[in-house]
Amino acid sequence: MSKIHVTTTVNGDPVEFLADPRETLLDALRNHLDLTGTKEGCGTGDCGACSVTVDGTLVCSCLMLAAEANGKRVETIEGMAGEELHPLQRKFIEHAALQCGFCTPGILVAAKALLERNPDPTDTEIRYWLAGNLCRCTGYDKIIRAVQDAAAEMRGAA
Amino acid sequence: MARDDVKTGYKLIGTRPNRPDGLDKVTGRARYGADFSLPGMLHAAVVRSPHAHARIVKIDASKALALDGVKAVVTRADLPTGLTGEELNLQDNTLAGEKALYDGHAVAAVAATSALLAQDAARLIEVEYEVLPHVTDVDAAMAPGAPVIREGVADYSVPEGMNGNVARYMEFGHGDVDAGFAAADIVREQTYKTEATHQGYIEPHACVAQMGEDGRGEMWVCTQGHWYIRRMCASVLGIEAAGLRVTPSEIGGGFGGKTTIFMEPLPLALSKKAGGRPVKLVMSRSEVLRATGPTASASMDVKLGMKTDGTITAGQVFFRMQGGAFPGMSPIGEALPCAFACYDIPALKHEAVEVIANRPKAAAYRAPGSPMAAFAVESLVDEMCRELKLDPIAVRLKNGAKNGSKSSYGPVYNVIGLQETLEAAKAHPNYAIPLGPNQGRGVASGFWFNHGGETSVSLAVGEDGTATVMIGTPDIGGSRASIGLMVAECLGIPYEDVRVNVVETGALGVNEPTHGSRATFASGKAAVESARQAIAEMCRRAAADWGIDAEAVEWKDGAAHPAGPNAGKHPPMTIGEIGSKMGSTGGPISGHHEVTAGGYGASFGTHVVDVEVDPETGRTTVLRYLVVQDAGTAIHPAYVEGQYQGGAAQGIGWALNEEYVYGTDGRLQNPIFLDYRIPVASDLPMIDTVIVEVPNPGHPYGVRGVGETGITPPLPAIASAIAGATGARIRSLPCSPPKVLAAIKAKG
Amino acid sequence: MAKVHLWASLRRFADGQEVVEVEAATVGQMLDALEKAHPGLGPAIKAGLSVAVDGEVIANNRAAPVAAQSEVYLLQRLKGG
Repeated sequence: MSKIHVTTTVNGDPVEFLADPRETLLDALRNHLDLTGTKEGCGTGDCGACSVTVDGTLVCSCLMLAAEANGKRVETIEGMAGEELHPLQRKFIEHAALQCGFCTPGILVAAKALLERNPDPTDTEIRYWLAGNLCRCTGYDKIIRAVQDAAAEMRGAA
Repeated sequence: MARDDVKTGYKLIGTRPNRPDGLDKVTGRARYGADFSLPGMLHAAVVRSPHAHARIVKIDASKALALDGVKAVVTRADLPTGLTGEELNLQDNTLAGEKALYDGHAVAAVAATSALLAQDAARLIEVEYEVLPHVTDVDAAMAPGAPVIREGVADYSVPEGMNGNVARYMEFGHGDVDAGFAAADIVREQTYKTEATHQGYIEPHACVAQMGEDGRGEMWVCTQGHWYIRRMCASVLGIEAAGLRVTPSEIGGGFGGKTTIFMEPLPLALSKKAGGRPVKLVMSRSEVLRATGPTASASMDVKLGMKTDGTITAGQVFFRMQGGAFPGMSPIGEALPCAFACYDIPALKHEAVEVIANRPKAAAYRAPGSPMAAFAVESLVDEMCRELKLDPIAVRLKNGAKNGSKSSYGPVYNVIGLQETLEAAKAHPNYAIPLGPNQGRGVASGFWFNHGGETSVSLAVGEDGTATVMIGTPDIGGSRASIGLMVAECLGIPYEDVRVNVVETGALGVNEPTHGSRATFASGKAAVESARQAIAEMCRRAAADWGIDAEAVEWKDGAAHPAGPNAGKHPPMTIGEIGSKMGSTGGPISGHHEVTAGGYGASFGTHVVDVEVDPETGRTTVLRYLVVQDAGTAIHPAYVEGQYQGGAAQGIGWALNEEYVYGTDGRLQNPIFLDYRIPVASDLPMIDTVIVEVPNPGHPYGVRGVGETGITPPLPAIASAIAGATGARIRSLPCSPPKVLAAIKAKG
Repeated sequence: MAKVHLWASLRRFADGQEVVEVEAATVGQMLDALEKAHPGLGPAIKAGLSVAVDGEVIANNRAAPVAAQSEVYLLQRLKGG
């Protein structure tokens, strides 16, 4: 099967690669671009470990073909921190909101997308927004607290 | 065991510093099983049986091998013969021999230059099956006329005349149960069932492996125990353990399911056939659910005698558990001793049988056996409390095990904290909140033995006075942070000056996996002993410099100090000063300790849950949840709370929603996370925690394991809360909406 | 003599006795003595046992001491998650 030449922007960097038409964006990020921070937990869009944003929209990268990323702007966990950690990343560490950490990149990407839309969410709004991001270790308690604390800091209220 | 430094007022223990692996994990840099790659690497895919039970007539890989880029195929014919016992079981599970024994059983594996090509090639491998009768339910597997799925599985323990699928039998007890039941005011007997559930770690099994023609190789793998992986792979492949170097990756959850092998020998075997090129194998989620360690399903009879004042006079259980198509995998040996472990009852009888069925080979899952046993026993205790209008905590306080109680399984409890957890639950504000319509409250206690096990740890003092600790127990819940805290406390240096690394099989003596809630206890204990050795050596170096006896030197606050009347006056010599000149004072300074760690202390917890049940749909909402558990000493309280909350969440999933659903064709009907639905954020409330601290005398800082007990009480507590809300008792998990609705309707 | 308590389904390999008394200074000597006195216990011992000596569960340490007055319980080898 002939491959498709894909040109896209990932975390602000221009990149190009040859994708098998069946390859997902997740496969391309991990295997062609060595961006292994985005995880595969299910491959069926149920667990959210592969969450990235494409042109600002939160997507499961396992449900999107790599070829569909052509010309788009992709943001992954590797692009989240600048010189300093994003407040969400710092608060996740401080609140012990991760154990094994495998779901953490996806949850951070999803939570960042939430706070960009809703800087002052309720606990319930956070829980429903993150309902597509499975965590098996924490019971979500400390994740909700970390997101709230980060949101408060980002609002300048902390 | 003597406890040499019981104390409080620690400098670091009990604080909540950032975990050392946190930064890598929030930035995506942490390397998990599937994140490793090597030059020249091939990718593998596995061919799996679509049948629950089938004879393998023929495997034809010629079409697959004819594809450009396909480098190797392995089948059972490529593995050595002559294995016995559990080694044979592991080999049989790695690749089916004469028969495929469950839906998803691996039959062949193929390596190719890309993952997609390997999957294409796998589809071209033709397997001819002769389908055989199957059985997947635990009770059906024991019924007369059930197909006997493997001959000769019964071990020495099985009495004559039992069904051919029975692999093990167990019985113990004490006292006169007949007299105990006769002395009771009410005697009740019920049967309870739990379905198999999966550990549900979000990271699928993954490894990269390389092996040359000489049978020497390397592997990078997500595992709870890389020495176990090494030993098991060596057995299955007939190679020397020392020839295989296994490095654990970061692990994306395990919960017991990554203490054994499932597919790890396959990339080694493929690599060898492909001229030593490294091979990566990553399972899909459906492969994980179909073919890796779920827990056992159980069918359990319980009988209890109780006086009207709540005194339990006798108890009796008969458990039937299936752990898949392989003997020895169901946790009857753990479930039975857990059944009444929270109680001090004068007469008890325990019996269990293990049955095999056409299901995947079960693996350990967080407190193996204890959640099922608790569901049966704690549910019946609750039923009788409600019948006699007794407070469930009061009944547990009255009958609960205490220090010095003889446990239900024989040994005497030394220092335990069950009563303290019950008192703390009773005093918690959650227990006094008034309930509204359709709401109910459930209480249950739970138990886990905890574990010590084979442990080897090294510690090296750096030239700048920092310390590096090498442990062999993969960090699954924050143990690098807790072990770092203990070592820093012991050395008297900042937490940030200690780095704890999980090292590969070549770097330490054999370690058991991170299982049994042992990592912080056993690796921590050995790390503290290693630090003490290094301290003794640093005191000798200071003494030599000062020209005094080493006995006249004491260690405090990270420095050697002269002590005693004849030591003379010398300024303290810090670990940094000693480290900076250790090359000229006798060489590197390190500590090392290896032990089969004893002295672990039993773990008890009590949970209180409030639920609301929608009478129209049968859907249960968890309103509030309280976990109270004895940690011994909470080294890093945030990660202790994390274990409590995570255990409770898994138990809630087991109670309300999770189950393996098999069709009449013996195939797993729900092998994706959409259908095997674990709790999501919107399913759960905040999970309140109370850390009780009854220090364990068997650990220098009083640590008990904390990882496992928390999954145990939710099963009965939730079923009891639903009974309180609806008047309908669910005795077969999960308490899914259709089942609860049917129970409400049946009640009228 | 240490008193070794057998779980019920082991007793048929030890002439029905619930408690077997053996002369032993360590867990290893105790297991060897048990097997010598009652060869039928061999498979269970080989399959792996946990031993509780005076209340403390010893998973797998043949060198652990057993005193003359010790109460020893044999348990199936415990696994954890």
